[in-house]
Amino acid sequence: MSVITSANGTQWEIVSGLEVHCELATNTKIFCSCANRFGDEPNTNVCPVCLGLPGSLPVLNEKVVEYSLRVGEAFHFTVPASSIFHRKNYFYPDMPKNFQTTQYDEPICADGWLEVDGTRIGITRAHLEEDTGKSTHMGGDGGRIHGASHSLVDYNRAGVPLLEIVSEPDIRSAEQAAAYVDELRSTLKAIGVSDVKMEEGSLRVDANVSVRPVGTDGFGTRCEIKNLNSLKSLRDAMDFEAMRQIEILEDGGSIKQETRLWNENEGYTASMRSKEEAYDYRYFPEPDLVPVAPSDELRAHVRATMPELPAARRDRLKAELGISEQDARTLLSTDGLADYAEAAVALGAPPRDAALWSTQDVSAHLNLVGRGADASGLDPSLLVEILQLVADGTVSRNQGKEVFAAALAGEGRPGEIVVARGIAQVSDTGALAAVVDEVFAANADAVAQWQAGDDKMRKKKRGFLMGEAMKALKGQGNPQLLNQLLDERLP
Amino acid sequence: MSDSQSAFTIANDVRSGRQRARDILEQHLERIDAREADVHAFNLVLRDEARANADAIDAAVAAGDDPGALAGVPIALKDNLCTRGIDTTCSSKILQGWKPPYNATVVDRVHAAGAIALGKTNLDEFAMGSSTENSAFGATRNPVDLSRVPGGSSGGSAAAVAAGFAPLALGSDTGGSIRQPAALCGVVGMKPTYGTVSRYGLVAFASSLDQVGPFARDVRDAALLLETIWGHDPMDSTSIASPLPSLLDGIDKGVAGLRVGIVEELTDVEGIDPEVRAAVGKAAAALEAGGATVDRVSVPSTMYGLDAYYLIAPAEASSNLARYDGVRYGLRGAGDDISVMNANTRNDGFGSEVKRRIMLGTYALSAGYYDAYYGQAQRVRTLIVRDFARAYEHFDVLLSPTSPTIAFEFGSKTTDPLAMYLSDVCTIPTNLAGHCAISVPYGNDSVHQMPIGVQILGRELADALIFRVARALELSRGA
Repeated sequence: MSVITSANGTQWEIVSGLEVHCELATNTKIFCSCANRFGDEPNTNVCPVCLGLPGSLPVLNEKVVEYSLRVGEAFHFTVPASSIFHRKNYFYPDMPKNFQTTQYDEPICADGWLEVDGTRIGITRAHLEEDTGKSTHMGGDGGRIHGASHSLVDYNRAGVPLLEIVSEPDIRSAEQAAAYVDELRSTLKAIGVSDVKMEEGSLRVDANVSVRPVGTDGFGTRCEIKNLNSLKSLRDAMDFEAMRQIEILEDGGSIKQETRLWNENEGYTASMRSKEEAYDYRYFPEPDLVPVAPSDELRAHVRATMPELPAARRDRLKAELGISEQDARTLLSTDGLADYAEAAVALGAPPRDAALWSTQDVSAHLNLVGRGADASGLDPSLLVEILQLVADGTVSRNQGKEVFAAALAGEGRPGEIVVARGIAQVSDTGALAAVVDEVFAANADAVAQWQAGDDKMRKKKRGFLMGEAMKALKGQGNPQLLNQLLDERLP
Repeated sequence: MSDSQSAFTIANDVRSGRQRARDILEQHLERIDAREADVHAFNLVLRDEARANADAIDAAVAAGDDPGALAGVPIALKDNLCTRGIDTTCSSKILQGWKPPYNATVVDRVHAAGAIALGKTNLDEFAMGSSTENSAFGATRNPVDLSRVPGGSSGGSAAAVAAGFAPLALGSDTGGSIRQPAALCGVVGMKPTYGTVSRYGLVAFASSLDQVGPFARDVRDAALLLETIWGHDPMDSTSIASPLPSLLDGIDKGVAGLRVGIVEELTDVEGIDPEVRAAVGKAAAALEAGGATVDRVSVPSTMYGLDAYYLIAPAEASSNLARYDGVRYGLRGAGDDISVMNANTRNDGFGSEVKRRIMLGTYALSAGYYDAYYGQAQRVRTLIVRDFARAYEHFDVLLSPTSPTIAFEFGSKTTDPLAMYLSDVCTIPTNLAGHCAISVPYGNDSVHQMPIGVQILGRELADALIFRVARALELSRGA
């Protein structure tokens, strides 16, 4: 829990519940066989059903049910024997039927939870619905419909399956909200039901925000914040909105229940529509669909094929690889990275080294490759080999990192690269001793200063001499042996 | 009309090469040429397409192929069934000129069986009405008496069959829109059990009530057509997946041993023409003579069917018809602003009855009214299902009038929507229950010599049984 202290010293806290819209990554749309694919030419993935042409009828995609059951398992939901769809009626040109087919009071998933940093956040429900098309308003101010000369509508997104995951108002800070979304996102990704890309809109977050003085337990009037396109905008918008509400309340005002839009560039929320302007959606049961009743076979199949969830995997990685929570999170934050480390361990690499080289060197390689690169195509035996070369003293740790980077870049096996580049660690004590003696002779001043100096001066000069020795060895001296020789030979 | 051949005869003859599909078609086109200007059964006659299809059937037969159970049989399609590349208007200005990119499943199925689509028949706009007077393209006239309505909403299909323009027609029945015009025009019309016939490509009026069904001049032809179109369709989630029985195999088994109940609430109440009631009595007597037992039965909640229907159907319609907004297809009204354009499109494109029902339905679903109106209507629907179930514990089929009256004169009910709505009082309960029912012509009224229809009602999936009873009644007419 994080406390917000206002200008007059009052302590406040945020009360928030999140609505997360998650696009399900099925091959086809929720009610027809059109491709569910982002980024195609506008209006190419359309048919009579998703265009809502007269006479067309929806048929529920069975994969959508299966994915919902996975979500049900992952977040401890109850999936009732039967749930139903409703129609949500309102006019908008990017909605082909002028109603949205959506679940309402009987959702497919009810009463779940997610643990975030030791706190259990309740999830009220997850319900299925169809996505709308996408409007682009031309010639107006900032892409808004008001003032636009005309609008272009792309119906490729119309009928893309969405799961709306609605949390309880259990969230008490912007940080916690971001952590909740992060955990939700990695879990949805791990169970293979969504791409969870906030920037592409496959995960969209709306935040209900109210504030209350710390120590009270009522609920203040809330505002719903939309247009949150990243975890950073979620945090910034919630903090801004909380301060806005606190200032109003401390000035003796009251909060108006409304929907507010986050302005990412300017960093503020602005009113979009008030509760009074809210539509009457005239919900009623969708007569064109039958109740969703997942079979026992499907439920059993889903239970049997659930992958390890991120929280459990983090715990296991921490225990098995001897790494910190943060390192475990880093391993899981990039696709395939934890798999890579575990594969290297399975091939004989020391667990902790394998994990840390993965979080550092494999991550660095992926950053060089570019955004969105993942570790799934990389060869874990490269890491096994390089760790072996470091362990047996063939190369130093720093040399090892250089060779590993080259190997990941495709230059060859680590052993070959060591030979090709002439990288070899000098571990011959006699040869190293000769170099140390030469360095001492050439830098008698430094040796003298070391002798006369205090601890600080000694450390400085010792470092200098070590550097000179390594330079003379072209960086290939065994650092441990060199250190040892330095200690022995300094007067 | 008397010289018109049955679909059975045509199909048998065409399949065996005794008659040519093209000749059959030309005979029907001649009848259309002679009377269509008076009757106005069609919004569109597909002469060229029909000729090409008939020639293709003849070629197939000549090549030794069997074109199917409806080979060469001309068929009229209600203009709310989608036909690929062919205008599908629902008799509404808002869809004028719209050509669907796909066929309704039932259209594909009659094509696949070798039938020849003759044209698209007139209807009350979006199937909302009981006289076909609500068509944006002018009313259809009853071929039996041109001063009278053919009933509705499938008035064009009923009139096409009655006038001999086609031996078969497809209609849709939401509250009686097949059975009532069949009764008023003197032909057979049947509403199948909900879910037996695909609704894919039927432009929706009220989704939980709509069902496509057959018109024919005799019961066997109607059964033949239904057998062709029904059966599971993966494109319709409400389509019944289990296999359906044959309708024709036992159709001539007669009624011996069957228990028939005359529904008091649909037969004895005020507003039922005495001659219509008498026809039901005669039909009952004929069934008794055929070995059935007949008794009267009360199905109390059917009295509230009309009230429930006029909340549920408009509620669903208000949502189904929301898509006609001028954005993607059909009429587009003037306006620089999207909401003005939407409003003008709908104001210009919909007729007054459609607007009335959209407003009724919108109101019935509104926050604060939902439970009192839509919710209450759904509870009535549940009661009707329960009461029918009780009746069917004691009876195999039920009997009632199809329409309270014979065909009425043009304009006699257009100023009073409630009087018009009463035309469907006997047919609506079947739709609310999702059951099946068939209207069979059973005599004429003594004053105007207009046809009277008797309705046989069956429980869910009793379609074959009500055909059997209808067939027995039909045979008893000649006796």
